[in-house]
Amino acid sequence: MNRSLRLGIFAVSAAGLAALLFWSLVGLPDFGHYHWPYGKLLNAVAVNERHTTNVVGVTVFDYRGFDTLGEEFILFTAVIGVSLLLRKGREDRIPLDSARDDALRLLGLLAVALVFVLGLWVVAFGYVTPGGGFQGGVVIAGAFALVYLAASYRDFHELTPHSAVEMAEAFGVGAFTILGFVGLAYEGAYLQNFLGIGDTGTLYAGGSVPLLNWATAIAVAAALAVLFSEFMKVYVLPTREWRS
Amino acid sequence: MIPLQVVSLVLVAAAALAVVLHRDPLRQSLVNGLYGLLLVVLFMVFQAPDVALSMLVVGSIAYPLVLMLAISRVRDRTPDDE
Repeated sequence: MNRSLRLGIFAVSAAGLAALLFWSLVGLPDFGHYHWPYGKLLNAVAVNERHTTNVVGVTVFDYRGFDTLGEEFILFTAVIGVSLLLRKGREDRIPLDSARDDALRLLGLLAVALVFVLGLWVVAFGYVTPGGGFQGGVVIAGAFALVYLAASYRDFHELTPHSAVEMAEAFGVGAFTILGFVGLAYEGAYLQNFLGIGDTGTLYAGGSVPLLNWATAIAVAAALAVLFSEFMKVYVLPTREWRS
Repeated sequence: MIPLQVVSLVLVAAAALAVVLHRDPLRQSLVNGLYGLLLVVLFMVFQAPDVALSMLVVGSIAYPLVLMLAISRVRDRTPDDE
């Protein structure tokens, strides 16, 4: 295919895309005018019905908990896929690279503790203030990754043993699924809220929302830890061994 | 639309262009991190703190780490292939 033909095809499809984009932009509602009922309804009823002050959190783990179940399995499947694809290059010889600079080690290890606590906090208050299991889980995994940056691959490896992390991931996803069945057994619908809703603005609120929140946090933190360690194994392998 | 929202929208657009225009993957991933941070600001300015937090953790922890490891891997391999 020569250059002018290619350019011609590009021009036609770019013009088509521009026309479609313009058409859809013209049809958008005015800025700041949200006029669908769902969001307004949830904003109006969520705090009274579930006693949780973060409406986004309770939407994710209660009103649309089934969506979140699907997302958990998307993450789970993606991480399993990565593990399987990178299995070819797996090797358990541990390289000796480590951070040698004292200032980096000290500040890095301090940051590990701070980031870990921050992650726990983001998870714990996920349904009271902005945050939640997904965000907090990634922050916790970030603390593990900081161990690699501030100390060594060996420390990271010992902190996140493969079998334990994989089990934690399966436990998180499994707990979410089973909590759904508990809702089915007690309240008659899958993922229906089945605990007392507690007091508004405290950690004891939202019924089964906190449990689903923590299950998600465990699943996400473990999934990212698996992802990091799989990528690092490939990264630290010598080139020739990987290719042969 | 308040001025702060206009400013953050313009900054996000400029940073997105910068990400696309960089050719070196390593620099591109760093600029991409900056772009992610600007998106976080945008979400905060538009009063979506939950989305901002998600963007923050994905854009500054999960994505760069995977990207950096992949880039370092590719850099290791290139001299061998040619």
